[in-house]
Amino acid sequence: MKIKNTIYNIVAVLISMAHFIPFYILVTVALKPKTDMSSRWLFPTTIDPDNFVQAVERAKILNAMRDSALITAVSVVVVAFLGAMAAYPLARMKHRFNSTILKLVLGVMMIPPLSMLVPLVTLMSRLGGVSTYWGIICVLVTFQLPLSIFMYVNFIDSIPRELDEAAEIDGCSRFMIFYRIILPLLKPVTATVIILTGVFIWNDYQFSLYLLQSNQIRVVTLAVASFFGQSAANFGAAAAGALLAVVPVIVAYLALQRYFVKGMIDSAGK
Amino acid sequence: METLTDFWKKHAINLLYLPALLLFALFVFYPFVMGIGISFTDWNGFSQSSNNVGFDNYRQLFSDPNVRKAMINTLIYGFGCTVLQQCIGLGYAVLLNHSFKLRNFARTIIYMPVMIAGVIMGYMVYFLFQYNNGALNDILALVGMSPVDWLADGRRAIVIIMLINTLQFVGISMVIYLAGLQNIPKSFYEASDIDGASAVSQFFYITLPLLKPAIVTSVTINLIGGLKLFDQIKALTNGGPGYESHSMSTLIDATYFRSQQAGYSAAMGIVLFVFILIVSLLMLRFFNRRKFEY
Repeated sequence: MKIKNTIYNIVAVLISMAHFIPFYILVTVALKPKTDMSSRWLFPTTIDPDNFVQAVERAKILNAMRDSALITAVSVVVVAFLGAMAAYPLARMKHRFNSTILKLVLGVMMIPPLSMLVPLVTLMSRLGGVSTYWGIICVLVTFQLPLSIFMYVNFIDSIPRELDEAAEIDGCSRFMIFYRIILPLLKPVTATVIILTGVFIWNDYQFSLYLLQSNQIRVVTLAVASFFGQSAANFGAAAAGALLAVVPVIVAYLALQRYFVKGMIDSAGK
Repeated sequence: METLTDFWKKHAINLLYLPALLLFALFVFYPFVMGIGISFTDWNGFSQSSNNVGFDNYRQLFSDPNVRKAMINTLIYGFGCTVLQQCIGLGYAVLLNHSFKLRNFARTIIYMPVMIAGVIMGYMVYFLFQYNNGALNDILALVGMSPVDWLADGRRAIVIIMLINTLQFVGISMVIYLAGLQNIPKSFYEASDIDGASAVSQFFYITLPLLKPAIVTSVTINLIGGLKLFDQIKALTNGGPGYESHSMSTLIDATYFRSQQAGYSAAMGIVLFVFILIVSLLMLRFFNRRKFEY
């Protein structure tokens, strides 16, 4: 038994190392000055902050993080609110019309964003929504809503209907039931929705790439990508930029790991 | 006889999903219809005028070798990643379902890349596969081999992209399978122990059949993700060398912005949309039929 456990531990360490290599290499590249041509596997002997200075000054990574944070925060609140609203009638009134609506909503999840690229960009530029906060937020919210609706419907399904019925007998209207009784019960699943869609929106690249074309609003994925494109001669700075972009997500993940994993399993649910 | 007031009373609550439906109508269904319109023109993406060209874009599309290649690559990315992620993810889950000291540590590390943007992951691994000073070529040099230009060969680039996508997202399959494994009653294994079943036959006759729901979920998620693959390709090869490693998604992007053929690109979008629709429907039918076997 002891030997078995030792083997498990060794295998687990080897697997973890394999998954950690990209992060490790990113760190060594980011910490080394341009002149240090030693192997990327070796940790630098002296740590040089210059790459990070460049990433902040030239790639404006911190500004990008502020824009990403703003877009993510607003989108997540809207996604959770509209999702919970939409889910209540879809979960409680399951006649044929509503089931069709629910199926359509889930169908939206399958759509590859790129298949809508040309018309979506065209529509947005006609509406004047390119490179605006409301434009990118509307689109991100639309494409994250199905997941949110799906999770809320699953959760409301598990709330006993007797609760609604009791309130109805007491003369509560359906809207009041939703607002007074159901909404307060949705706190746990709301945390999951926010965490999950928050990660998706923070990491979005496909929509941001096309809908944020000016430099006024730039999210982290765009900042890192364009910095990589420009700095072929200085990979250290590019790595530093990527590292700065990745650290907040990793920290949040390590702190809230349980919720992230649970959220993923819930969203995959049944 | 139902009066209008009764009808209103009964169905007014449905108004709650109206905002969501409006968003879908405006940013999904309307653009889709618009895309069909654009796909019949030779629009370049920015000029005021365009000509109606009928089915020319679609005719061109079906004889375009680059589109055919991108289509095949999309299938390779979709199904290749799905198979890899199921095998590795299930292996990880079985290993980490045992209780030993480092299992939580391993779970944390394996799931960590799921949190990172695909495009950033693509750039991160570029440091591994780069020709000059790349981490992998350093290892080759260490054992006395000449360096390899990893991403310069189309087929190898496809395999590398597939491996990277798997490395990044295998954590999702792992946690789904771990949850599935924990739902299997221990007594099943104990009973079969008494009957003298080996660990291997326990895996094939107890674990695998009972993991069915988890497998369906994990395959669905990975397949949808794999068929949409864009970020990692864009970061690592941008479809290169030439058109070798394009998926439909990156080809649509390149046709629109690099070649400025918006009409043609829109036609590809419609074809990709229909293609994904067919795959999803087939998948649903396949899984529904299989459900009754157990």
